[in-house]
Amino acid sequence: MSADWPLWEVFVRSRRGLSHTHAGSLHAPDAQLALRNARDLFTRRSEGVSLWVVPSSEITASSPDEKDPFFEPAADKPYRHPTFYEVPEGVRNL
Amino acid sequence: MTATAPQALATLPLADDALILSHRLGEWAGHAPVLEEEMALANIALDLLGQARALYAGLAEVLGGEDEIAFLREERAFRNCQLVEQPNGDFAHTMVRQLFFSAYQQPLYARLSPVLPLAAKAASETAYHRDHAEQWTLRLGDGTEESHARTQRAADALWRYTGELFQPVEGLDVAWQELAEEWHADIRDVFGRAGLTVPEGPSEGAWSAGAGRQGLHTEPFGRLLAEMQHLHRSHPGATW
Repeated sequence: MSADWPLWEVFVRSRRGLSHTHAGSLHAPDAQLALRNARDLFTRRSEGVSLWVVPSSEITASSPDEKDPFFEPAADKPYRHPTFYEVPEGVRNL
Repeated sequence: MTATAPQALATLPLADDALILSHRLGEWAGHAPVLEEEMALANIALDLLGQARALYAGLAEVLGGEDEIAFLREERAFRNCQLVEQPNGDFAHTMVRQLFFSAYQQPLYARLSPVLPLAAKAASETAYHRDHAEQWTLRLGDGTEESHARTQRAADALWRYTGELFQPVEGLDVAWQELAEEWHADIRDVFGRAGLTVPEGPSEGAWSAGAGRQGLHTEPFGRLLAEMQHLHRSHPGATW
């Protein structure tokens, strides 16, 4: 039966987290039951206070073949990291 | 056991309902239609087991330890309603049983929350059980011809066990009639949306079941108890 059910990706926001984090995937016949299944599978040990479910088919992913053109160019550009200056004294909330 | 004031045992029916339905739901382990649903059923079973344990703890002075209460009582000493001891049947049968029971247990706990410490937490657990059963009743009732037929058959078969739910339990100060009306309205609403017919057969009276609260149980209950109790009875005092 579950073979006919679409796959859903589950995102959980933990009690102290600010953003939803991918937790895993599950099968469900529709969004409402996906949400409930996610509750049972991924928050049964109080892992979260908010859940998103997204049909896996709706996710557009970068392909492993494109890995080099996508990510390689960033590898040798350390100046993009904010490490080349010192934080002046007196700057708060940074 | 000597004669005990009924008030002291007022919560025993609630505890036995929770324990026995928990055991029934546990029987789905390894047999549920899908993995996700297996987890859901196990979660519900564990919620109910937790409720039963908390209630048994409150009865310890009268009845003894929780193992003793669960595993060493004879059939006639159990006060659960007959609805919860009914076999699982197919998945639709299990879901309709859950809907019938949770739609009763949830408002009952809600009413008892001022006097029963466990009830407020249990009411919110039970609200989820009710919702889960409702979601499935809607999908099965309004699903395929086959799922509709199975769900309707389950409702018709279980209906006769529902009248007993509203028999007053001595020692529990609850407006039972009002609870029954609320339950019927709730079931009518869900069934209406699921395209199911609320059964017309009697749910109470001479042609219905319903003496579980007095310790009279249906035939499948003996087999349930045998399975549930045999390990403890074979190895008294065994621990992990």
